[in-house]
Order: sequence, then C-alpha cells, then structure tokens
Amino acid sequence: MIENFASRHIGTDATAQAAMLAAVGYDTVEALVTAAVPASIAVSPSARSSIPDAATEHAALAELRALADHNKVNRSMIGLGYYDTITPAVIKRNVLENPSWYTAYTPYQPEISQGRLEAIINFQTMVSDLTGMTTANASMLDEATAVVEGMLLARRASGAESNVFIVDADALPQTRAILANRAEAVGIELVELDIATADLPDAFGIFVQYPGASGRIIDPAPAIAVVKDRGGLAVVAADLLALTLLTSPGELGADVAVGTSQRFGVPMGFGGPHAGYMAVRKGLERQLPGRLVGVSQDAVGHPAYRLTLQAREQHIRREKATSNICTAQVLLAVMASMYAVYHGPQGLKRIALQVRDAAESFAARLTAAGFELENEHYFDTLTVRTPGSAASIVAAARASGILLHQVDADTVRLSFDEVNSQPYSGAAGPSTHDLATAFGMDAGFAAASVIAPGQPKSIPTELERTSDYLTHPVFNTHRSETSMMRYLKYLSDKDYALDRGMIPLGSCTMKLNSATEMESVTWPEFGGIHPFAPAEDVSGYLVMISHLETWLAEVTGYDTVSLQPNAGSQGELSGLLAIRGYHRSRGDAQRTICLIPSSAHGTNAASAVLAGMTVVVVATDVLGNVDLDDLHLKIALHADSLAALMITYPSTHGVYEHEIRAICDSVHDAGGQVYVDGANLNALLGYARFGDFGGDVSHLNLHKTFCIPHGGGGPGVGPVAAKAHLAPFLPGHPMAQSTKHPAFDLHSGREGEFVHAGGPVSAAPYGSPSILPISWAYVRMMGLDGLKAATGAAVLAANYVAVRLRDHYPVLYAGDSGLVAHECVLDLRPLKEATGIDNNDVAKRLVDYGFHAPTMSFPVAGTLMVEPTESEDLAEIDRFIDAMIAIKDEADAVASGVWPTSDNPLVNAPHTAQSVIEGEWDHAYSREQAVYPLRSLISHKYWPPVRRIDNAFGDRNLVCACPPIEAFAD
Amino acid sequence: MAELNDLKYTTEHEWILIEGDIATVGITAYAAEKLGDIVFVELPKVGSTLAEGTVVGEIESTKSVGELFAPVNGTVVEANEAVSTSPELVNSDPFGEGWLVKVQFTELPELLDLAAYTALTGE
Repeated sequence: MIENFASRHIGTDATAQAAMLAAVGYDTVEALVTAAVPASIAVSPSARSSIPDAATEHAALAELRALADHNKVNRSMIGLGYYDTITPAVIKRNVLENPSWYTAYTPYQPEISQGRLEAIINFQTMVSDLTGMTTANASMLDEATAVVEGMLLARRASGAESNVFIVDADALPQTRAILANRAEAVGIELVELDIATADLPDAFGIFVQYPGASGRIIDPAPAIAVVKDRGGLAVVAADLLALTLLTSPGELGADVAVGTSQRFGVPMGFGGPHAGYMAVRKGLERQLPGRLVGVSQDAVGHPAYRLTLQAREQHIRREKATSNICTAQVLLAVMASMYAVYHGPQGLKRIALQVRDAAESFAARLTAAGFELENEHYFDTLTVRTPGSAASIVAAARASGILLHQVDADTVRLSFDEVNSQPYSGAAGPSTHDLATAFGMDAGFAAASVIAPGQPKSIPTELERTSDYLTHPVFNTHRSETSMMRYLKYLSDKDYALDRGMIPLGSCTMKLNSATEMESVTWPEFGGIHPFAPAEDVSGYLVMISHLETWLAEVTGYDTVSLQPNAGSQGELSGLLAIRGYHRSRGDAQRTICLIPSSAHGTNAASAVLAGMTVVVVATDVLGNVDLDDLHLKIALHADSLAALMITYPSTHGVYEHEIRAICDSVHDAGGQVYVDGANLNALLGYARFGDFGGDVSHLNLHKTFCIPHGGGGPGVGPVAAKAHLAPFLPGHPMAQSTKHPAFDLHSGREGEFVHAGGPVSAAPYGSPSILPISWAYVRMMGLDGLKAATGAAVLAANYVAVRLRDHYPVLYAGDSGLVAHECVLDLRPLKEATGIDNNDVAKRLVDYGFHAPTMSFPVAGTLMVEPTESEDLAEIDRFIDAMIAIKDEADAVASGVWPTSDNPLVNAPHTAQSVIEGEWDHAYSREQAVYPLRSLISHKYWPPVRRIDNAFGDRNLVCACPPIEAFAD
Repeated sequence: MAELNDLKYTTEHEWILIEGDIATVGITAYAAEKLGDIVFVELPKVGSTLAEGTVVGEIESTKSVGELFAPVNGTVVEANEAVSTSPELVNSDPFGEGWLVKVQFTELPELLDLAAYTALTGE
C-alpha cells in the first residue's frame, strides 16, 4: 500500500474510531455524520472534480518543486513597500521553521504564552522606539490596511467637523487604491494632493508617506501642524529601516505611525505575509485597533505579560467596534522583532547606511551620466527621468535579472535594499555593474563609491535622526548566534503550542500543520518574489493560486474564490463589500441592512459596519439556532432595505441548524444576499457545501480548515468565495498580474474564467501567497476522500468528547439528532452555582494537567467550547477527558468542604515550580496535588512560568513596552 | 455612601441623588458587579449638554464595555476625576466615591425608587 498522508494527518485510526463510535452509539463514521448533518443539505456527488486524487507527501513536494521552478527569482529593485532582506538563518530555523513558534495560538491564555508575549512586546518596543511614538500594537495585517485603520482612528479621535481625509499624492499606489475603496464604503471624502506645496483643506486627518513612494524625503512637520491646528490628526506611514537615520514621526508631530516591518528579515513572499504596524502618541492607546500586549503581574506580584485592553476589541463591542481587525501577524512580528534583537541598533543602522550609500553612489553615477533625478532628498529609492527610454531600460535590466519599476514612459524608479546594496553580488545574482549597463552607462564601472565631493546629502540635515532607539538590553545582548539561539529557546520553552499537546480551542480548529505542508514556505522561489513582479516570472505562483481557487470553490459549492483577504475579518469585509457592490449595480443602493444573529462572531457585526451597512440583530433560541419568527419579522420590517444575512454554519454553538435552507430562502425571497461565515467549515467539508444550501458568498479561514498554522496569532488567510453573480465585485487590485480567475464546471468539466473587479482589500494582489503552498499541499495530499475522512474524524472526536464528559459537565447544545458538530460546549455555570468554581478556574487548572484550555465564554458566558479536531489521537483525547473528569472531582471536593473555597488547587491554579518548592507549604491541599494530580504528569510535565495573571491590574496600569530588567528582580 | 432609599434609579442601572437642581449620577452595585473589574471610565466633559437617554460615556471592565446613559436633560457641572485615575472606585464604592457626574437639570423625568429598581434586578 502506498503511504497515505490522510492517515498521518488524521490522528485516530480505524481501531480507535471503532472504540469511539461504540461510545457514541454509531456503527460507522459515515452513519454518524449522516445523522448529524441535515439530510436536506447533504452534498450530492458531482460528475467531475477539479481535485486530483491524493498524492503522497513525497509526490506533492515534487509537484510543488516543479511549480516553484516556474517562478523566477530576480534581483528586485521595484520597492513600493517591499524590499529584499536577509532572514538571519538562526531566526529562519528557530522561529519560522520551528513548530514551537508557528503552531501556537493567539495568547489569550497568558500564563502559558509568556514567551511569545515577550517577543511581541519586543516588537511593540521596537516600533514605538523607531517611530518615536508612545504605544505600538501587536501588529497589523499589512501597511495599506494599517493606513486605513489610521484613517478610521483619526476620524473617531478627531474633534474636527470635516469629513475630509487628506492623502499624500506621493503615497504608495496600493495604499491609495485601498484607501479609496475603504473610504467610499464609510462615506469619507479623500483629497489627494502634494503635501509639500498644496494649500491644505479643512480635514479630520492627513496621511503622509515618509519617505514618499517616489523616494522623496520632505519635512512633513509643517503640513502636520496645519492639520493638527484645525483639530485633525496626522497619520504617517514610515519605513522602519529609514527611521534609523531619519527623524521619527513622533518628533515631527504625528499622532499615528503605521507601516510594515517586512524588510526586517521577512521574505517578500510575492506579497506576504508580513507584519504591518501601528503606533500612537500618548492619549490614543484606547483607540488602537487590533491586539496589544501589556505588562501586568501574577498572583504573587511577579511581572507577567498579557493581551491588554481586550474590551476594545470587536468580539466584545460587536457593531460598536471601531475596527474589525482580529488576527494579527504574530509569527512575522516575532521574526521582525528578532531581526532587531539580533542586529541591535548599530546593526540596523549599518544596514540602513549600506542601503543609503548604495543609493547615493548610484545616484552619483546616474547624474554623472547625464540622467536627472526627480528628488534631491531620498533614502533608498531613486526616481530617474529617462525621456522616452523607460521601457527599454526596464527591459534591459530585466534581461540581466534586475526588476525596476517603470513609472511612465519617461520615468524609471529603483529601490535599494539589504540584498541588492551589497557591492559584489558575484554568483549571488546580478551586480551593480549590470544595473549600470541597463541604464546604458559605461562598462568598467567600479564598485567603489563615486560620490563626488560636495554632492548634496541624500538625507536632509534637518531631518537627520538625533534621538536614541532600541536602548533596552534585549536589543543589545544577543549578538552571537549561540546567544540568539538560546534566547529563542528560552522564550519558546515558556509556551504551550501544538508540539506539546492538544489545544482544544472551540472555533479555532487547532489541527496539524504538517511538516511537508510547511516545507516549501522557505524556498527562495516562493520567498524571494516581489508582489508586483511581471506575470511571466511568477507563473508557478499563478498556477498554484488557480489550483487553490478552483479547489476551494469546489468544496464550498461556489463559483469563484479570491485569495486576497489576509484574515477572516478581511474576508468578511470583502464578501460584504461584494454584496454592497452587487446591490448598487442593480440600483438598490438603499439595501444596507445586514441581519446578524445574536450568536454570531463579533467580527461579523464590525465588518458589516465597515462595509457601510447597518446591523440589525436577529434573536437566537435557547439552542443557539436562529429564531425563525424573529428572522421573518426583521425581514418584513426591512424588506426594501435588506442587504444581507450573515450566518455561521454550523452555528457558533457547534450545531447543524436544520432550518438553514429555509433561512436562506426567506432572505433571497426578500431580495437579500446570504453571507455564510465559513469559520466552522471543518465540520462540513465533503458532506455539505455552503453554495448548495443557499450561500451567495462566504469567507474561509485557511488557518483553520486548511492547515495554515496559527503562528501565535497570525498569519491568517481569509479567502472569499462567491457565486458567479458576485464575481465582478470581489477584490481586484491595480497591480494584479491578472484580473482573471479560473472557473470550473463540475458537470461538464469545462474551464472558464471570472474577472474580479472590486476594489482591493489587501496591499498585495494575492494577499499572503508564500503560505498558500501549505493549503495547496494539504488538499493535494488529502484528495476529496481524505478531506471527507478528516471531517468525519473531527465530528466523531467532538461527539466522543461530548458523550464522555456529559455526565460530568452538561453539554449545552446538540442538533435534532442529539449530536454536536465538530465542537461541543460544556456548561460550567451549574458547577459555579454548586461549588463557586468557574470556567476560568477550570481553564487555569487544565494548565497544571498539561493542557491548553478550550475556548472560554464563547459563544456563551460561563462555558468552555471544546474542538478536538481530526488530528488528535485517541490517547490524547482520553488524556484530556481524564483531566476534565479529575478537575470535576476536585471541584466536587471544594463543594463538599474538603478544601475551602478560597484555598484549593483550582482557584490557585496554575502552579509554578517555584510556588510548590520555595518556602513553607501552608495550603489545604498537598504539593503533589498541586502539580502532579495525575501520576502520568511526573514523567511528562509542562511547567507554567507564572501564576495566574491579574487582568484588572494590567488594564488599569497600561505598560506596553519592554519593562526594565529590574522589574524582574526578585 | 448615600442612603439607598434616598436615591432614584433608572432601568439602565444608574442611580441619581437629587440635591436641589443638581443630580449626582453613578452606576449601581448590581451594574458594577455585572461588569466586573472596571478598568477605565470615560465621562462627559464639564460644561457639556446632556440629552436624556443618550450615551454620554463608557465604563470599561476587563471583559466588557458598559455605556453611561444620561438619566436627565442638563449640563455637566462636575465629572469625578477620582474615577478617571482610579476606576476601581466604581467597584469598591459604587454609591459613594465611585460617583460619575453631577448634572444641573431643570426638569426630572420619571425615575424608579429603590423598591421598583430592586424588583427590576430581582436581587
């Protein structure tokens, strides 16, 4: 028998599944899932499939290699926000290729996430230092969307009456395109002008690109001052590497600084993923979108990190949220922060000087050869006037493997970076000599600097940076590779990721991210590609992307897919903007009401508001299903203005709603569109398809169902899939290599194409392509049968947990068949009532038993939602069940008075090694009970580094940068 | 701390102490308990005009965000700066040091007495 990847991916084998089925009371997995999934939506087999039969791991890698070989790695000088960079091998190997980092979840359980929380606070410190701002967040999806968030922040924080946002005409083209798309949806008027010369109108804010897209450096302080004097806010997108030499935005009066950290050691990857950033001045902390790491203290007063100010976020504020940003880019933020840790302030400045010198030197060559430069002041980018010959210069450069940016027929632009500024490229690629030749300059060009005495400085004296940055010891310690390697190990040792054990987070689908899937992510043919490279040089990528688009459309029952959105929230926004565009194209601009069940993910409501819609909440019944009477009432009430219903399937309560088809029909009858949130697709794949039962559009989370690792809180990929009538409104991109997307007819096998012509939602045309090989490999190695088997195993595992635990904790929701879908909600409210022990105590106690807690208080406060996924084996699932039962026994002991309510292993959890070893032990329970409640833990124990963390202390005393070392002194 | 019987209440879980034409407003112990650990309070500016029933501030806890509704029409004459710097006062002394704003009003809407409010919360 050929080695079968599905049997590696799915944790339970036939023997284990037989035992689990016996416990659940079904004969086969097929019978179980058929009983759980309503017959009315069961998928009917189609004549053809676009998905090939499963390949072995070896064969899939060979196919990926062949695709990679169709990408041509050139020397990119395109710039425009993406620069080649050298990922230090110690970071590549110990972070990007290390499951301890990439398989971790968002650090909502801070006690078991101290390592990456420290890494993220390093990132925040790095950003706030370099930008001269007070507080930076834990990363944004990319620079362009960070600018949009900056604009929205300015609007809500500004006292100005104006509805105008001023945009620097020298902003990056992708940023301008996204601003236009997003501003229109929420009714903001953009005014684009040259901020150096134009008279500025009244505005609630101004956006400045620093340095400009053309490379130009001007002092933005006067323009900033004008806008601020009139009550507006200033948002500055700044290049972090340039800021080692340039006066920081904070010192120039900016209120908000945004940008990307890509060139700090994160490969271009044909557009992503990379960590964007946002930082604000003092007083705007609570306006920051996304996640923010802060310092608090644990139960015994030791400093400890946690996500802070979470009440600002969309999952709590819903339609009142100011942003739908949820996923960050943690893995990439960690890489960028470690690049700064490894190089330190001197190393970063050295790299920046090398880049600037290369630009200055080549500028001198060009000037000497008679070319005119557009800008006197610049950092890394030269805009060169080449009357009539731009195309031929760009072509000549390309012939020698160098990509330049042709601005127009008479203008060429080129950017220097850490890689192409190295003087002698030799075998490593084209040289400066080749570049000079492309401009028709003489051979015999020496690599030595030809800067003439008296040549003006590229960076104006008045903007030279004088302030310090990265002075914290963490940026000045780890210079040797040994030290760096050990620092990374020291941090990851503190954390609980999938390489330690199960992470049964409901709604998060923490399944295997297989090594084979991850293998190609670091190949240069995927990493070393600029997002705006010519289509002919990225044909491997484009083929892989069309495969994935076709496959994802097929398994969801849609016609076309866009991979552009960088997270589920961005997929939601794209889908809703598509619905908006569709209604408007039909003259139905008044259709702006979005119905959302009260049980929905909080991001749904936030995304609807950002798509210019008004949210109307639909009630759900006690089982978490949509209240049909209320739905019909709300539809009738808003019949003429109904834009869409957003519904999650299976429901957020982990139940297959039997009325889903009728629900979709009634929305369609009223002229609305149905948005099916694909967060729970892992319970459906191969058994039912959104498009078949009435969905018009959905987003998927490739970081859930399709194996892209969570990376400790990002990257994500949130493709949007839609029916044909919405295709013209799906995200397009001004720099896309192709506007066309494949179509595949499942009946005839006929191939065709759709054009996506909506506005862009991400900085790069295909979002985060360098991680798409992960999902490609997953589908390629599973095949349709494997995907279906995974769904069956996931549903079986969840039902097995429900059956085994229901005598100990009530299982809150089940469908008509008495079955749950791929996750189950355990109700801990009766336990709290009886014993005073709540879901938080149980979550923290699970740490002592060696587990990551399930999802807490979603979808219902006081509950735990468990999703084992298909990847866990029976032994691990049983270990979890045993832990939950043992914890219930402990809670019962509290209820019966064995231990006092104020001093028992639950309320004191988690227990550090220090807490049981140091000093007198004066608790009502033993040390052994504290840390070894099960004998098996003696040989295999995860030790949390801190005690339970005080949430209120951290929110009341906001500190979001690295604390001084003395804070950790005992 | 005020005598609970002397206070008026709203269905939004706010209490009002009437002294002449000044209404002192806070949130009830029930509301503070439901919100949990309060970490941030945003109050209307002194001198601003309030319209009854509109959202004029926010009370943020570690787990949720509550809104402050204006219980009366009027003008803010004082905002409690102590709760801005020490929001935990709203938890520790909701009817006393944890008061939020003082509003000068001309006319009072219909408000609940203690019995009616207690019936509302069922506690």
